Amino acid sequence: MGKAELPLHAPGTQVDKGYIGESTPRPNAQRLLQGRGAFTDDLRFPRLAHVAFFRSPYAHARIRKLSLEKARAQPGVVGVFDGRAVAEYCKPWVAVLAHLKGIKSPAQHAIAIERACWQGEACAAVVAESRTQAEDAVQHIEAEWEELPVVVDMEESLSGKRVIHPDLGDNICFKREHDTGGVEEIFAKADVVVEDTFHFGRHTGVCVEGRAILADYNAAEHSLTVYHATQAPHMMQDIFSRHLNIPEGNVRVIAKDVGGSFGIKVHVYADEMATAALSIMLRRPVKFVADRLESFLSDIHAREHRARVRLACTKAGEILAFDLDDLTAIGPYSVYPRTSGIEGNQVVNLTGGPYKHQKYRARMHVVFTNKNVTCQYRAVGHPIAVALTEGIVDLAAQKIGIDPADFRRKNLISDDAYPYTFPSGIKFEKLSHHKALDLLLRITNYAGLRAEQSRLRQQKIYRGIGLAAMIEVTNPSPAFYGVGGARISAQDGATLRLEPTGMVTVMCSVTEQGQGTEGIFAQIAASAVGVSIDKVRVITGDTGVTPYGGGTWASRGAGIGGEAVLLAGRALRANMLDVAAKMLSLDKAELDVRDNHVINRLTGEAKLPLAELGRVAYFRPDTLPIDFQSELTVTRHYTPRQYGFTFTNGIQASLVEVDPDTGFVKLLKHWCVEDSGTVINPMLVDEQIRGGVVQGIGAALYEECLYGPDGQLLNGNMADYLVPMAGEMPDIVCAHIETPTLQSQLGAKGVGEAGTAGAPAAVMNAINDALAPLGARVTRMPFTPERILQALKKV
Amino acid sequence: MKAPSFAYAKPRTLAEAFELIERPGAKILAGGQSLIPTLNMRLSAPELLVDITGLAGLSNIEAKNGAVRIGALCTHAMVERSPEVREHLPLLAEAMPHIAHPAIRNRGTLGGSLALADPAAELPACAVALDAVLIIASRKGERRVRAVEFFKGLFETDLKQGEILVGAEFPKAEKSAFVELTRRHGDYAIVGLAAVTKQRERRISLFGFADRPVLIRPGSLEEAKGSLPKPAADLYHSSATKLHLAKVLLERAWNRL
Repeated sequence: MGKAELPLHAPGTQVDKGYIGESTPRPNAQRLLQGRGAFTDDLRFPRLAHVAFFRSPYAHARIRKLSLEKARAQPGVVGVFDGRAVAEYCKPWVAVLAHLKGIKSPAQHAIAIERACWQGEACAAVVAESRTQAEDAVQHIEAEWEELPVVVDMEESLSGKRVIHPDLGDNICFKREHDTGGVEEIFAKADVVVEDTFHFGRHTGVCVEGRAILADYNAAEHSLTVYHATQAPHMMQDIFSRHLNIPEGNVRVIAKDVGGSFGIKVHVYADEMATAALSIMLRRPVKFVADRLESFLSDIHAREHRARVRLACTKAGEILAFDLDDLTAIGPYSVYPRTSGIEGNQVVNLTGGPYKHQKYRARMHVVFTNKNVTCQYRAVGHPIAVALTEGIVDLAAQKIGIDPADFRRKNLISDDAYPYTFPSGIKFEKLSHHKALDLLLRITNYAGLRAEQSRLRQQKIYRGIGLAAMIEVTNPSPAFYGVGGARISAQDGATLRLEPTGMVTVMCSVTEQGQGTEGIFAQIAASAVGVSIDKVRVITGDTGVTPYGGGTWASRGAGIGGEAVLLAGRALRANMLDVAAKMLSLDKAELDVRDNHVINRLTGEAKLPLAELGRVAYFRPDTLPIDFQSELTVTRHYTPRQYGFTFTNGIQASLVEVDPDTGFVKLLKHWCVEDSGTVINPMLVDEQIRGGVVQGIGAALYEECLYGPDGQLLNGNMADYLVPMAGEMPDIVCAHIETPTLQSQLGAKGVGEAGTAGAPAAVMNAINDALAPLGARVTRMPFTPERILQALKKV
Repeated sequence: MKAPSFAYAKPRTLAEAFELIERPGAKILAGGQSLIPTLNMRLSAPELLVDITGLAGLSNIEAKNGAVRIGALCTHAMVERSPEVREHLPLLAEAMPHIAHPAIRNRGTLGGSLALADPAAELPACAVALDAVLIIASRKGERRVRAVEFFKGLFETDLKQGEILVGAEFPKAEKSAFVELTRRHGDYAIVGLAAVTKQRERRISLFGFADRPVLIRPGSLEEAKGSLPKPAADLYHSSATKLHLAKVLLERAWNRL
């Protein structure tokens, strides 16, 4: 893994390069590999009780009667509670945001009261001395149900024949229309109009570690400590405080090691809120860890869109307008506190995003159904928007008879057009679509691939090459949630402390989910302060320790948290030099810090080891001037302000071979060129992209939560729900353009979701490219062998 | 996902085992690769698990008299690595890497797979194609059953209360073909076939197709394609798709037989 080849920093940015741009191994990898991780389920507490939930077997049913007595009499049972009992301690919530105009959702309780609205919704809780005893006792809960009509199909939901929540009037959670004007006229007179309808399967993020929470209520202090596998500890602190009625200062949320999250662990889950409430009710620590079957039934799902898209262009291949109609179903509740309106909203914001056209119209409906809830999962809305855009762009290129790469070159926004406002209203600071396309064509040997493709076609080997250009939301400002009234921090903070030995301790509000955040913070801190990386320790994931901040989501950790670390590191270095100047009786301007020493800035001569500086500052301040106080702990915060989002761009390519007899798709190779600004750690960035691509491939080929007409999840286990596995994955080649954002000193944009955003579209276009000579085309993800055989009219 | 509580016994001799498995609610545990997940998912709740992996003499692989006898407790990994199997039973050797993943093959046993009789599993189909003889022991002694008669239906075999499958004899076959279609390597097949030629007769056993391996002995490829019954649909594939895919597999295997 080499260093990035391109200039690391744009003119005007000032970064002490240090470790930035190096593939430094992350310090926590060795600990995790040696089995010394501390995941929530690893924690042992005296008097720890375990909760298991009695979950609705029906997708929609009234709870006529719950008989809990038998369960209460089972061995080891501490308590059995229904929704009303838990509601005494936990206020319900309504997941709406003011900036999503008209969004509505019913109140949701920690444990369902009166009615279950999806199969798997928790309807009672059993707390016992062990999880086994709790599960045993759950089997003794008896319920009388009155089955209610079930709405599973989103078109049916939209039609409103049966309304899931009668008080809301209809099944529409949220709708949005956007129109630049002039779209109808353009379509009426355009040379070429193409149209297609795309379907996206409902799928979920499968984390290695299931959701996990251990809540420990201390009645003496009226305090609640929650060990939680979460992406956003401060958000959860606020939620626990408000819904469980404990002062915020008495709530501490600790996220130790987290085994993957992908957006799954950034939401409020009813069963987790119930667990915290149960700890208060029982005045003892209570733990809930979702097992794999519960995960499929209750972790948020995502996607499930049906979208019709039209594109108008000239004979010469100039795109004039996009027209979109998206429908998406989210289950019976909008998910708190981020809402389930965001994914559809993103589809409207982003569709057509890489291109120059000026006219755009979109209509989008988010509807309720009696399935598990959906919410933000890695790349929220992007995989839909990119597939719609790139699918219809390829169809247009095919109709006009232009190579897909040439068609994109004609229409991608020019690299010198920035700042740029896209017709959906979003603003781009600086993107590099053309540079990225050029680099992609070079690393794929695109011309060679096309030549090989036509040669092989003569032997009846059907290969396809699919391209997918993309834009991606990263480093969000408060425009994402805060402006809508959500108490979710868009700023993050870092505290850096020089220890007496010359070590540096970093405390940052962005969390580690296994992606290497702590590693890059160590790189940034070491570089900014001037110490070697082995001198840095990083602490994250504890509201009692770190500055306040948003945490990990929306590809914001490096760009926002990293900038806070950089600013704090610079400030700490300056404060260290103040001490050194006094100790050495030299002018601060003559000094700098490098390799754990205060040095002469001009000659590089080592003047003072930091351990000596620390010793004097902490233990012998009496030797410093009487009017001088050292400040060797520094905190800085950062919020992006100039742009609502710091957009990135990239382009992916997929090479596949389709077997027209079996409908099987073999993934031969995948490429991703990404411009995420300053690359802090090329190895981690590439692995983020590769992991993301694999999840995108999952969407394209494998993953779908299948529901029966009665709203029963049919494949909620690891044998029947197909996650992508290493054996079928192609080599994934990553390359980078670096256009640092000028909003920050660090220049980093987000990269965590890029792979997932573009891969489904690239694979889809590759399959359709392979199928083109056979007159077939697929638009319903995932592309199962059966769907491909049906397109080929073989079955 | 915690198993309901059960009693556990690990007999050292077959005699001890026979006594234990006759107790009410007893179930035989071998490699546990199918049974343990069903316990954890609370799909079954036996009162007593009789772990037979301590029984001696059930883990041998031996070639004699034109057949290879494989003990029921041989793991898939042992079969996969066996030189006797590679030499005399190329069909089995070809099939083994398709059984799940290495970790599962290290624990799962031949006897366990045959006794479970999952209709989508590889080994029952191979046993039927090869015309294997299954060796069943009980207090009354040993009896031998041909594979085609052993598999009675979905997870249903000829094994009776008090009986333990102790091994199987697979007649040697040189010409053979094994093909299956899975969306991910190691999954249960959408459809697959195990086939051999013996005395110029083609024996083709299809799996992932019906409630047990389907044996056909066609004279021609066209006859083979025409003789397939209507397969059962699965979560992702209709009956028509599975029938189409089975025909594709027949075409691909035919010329190797």
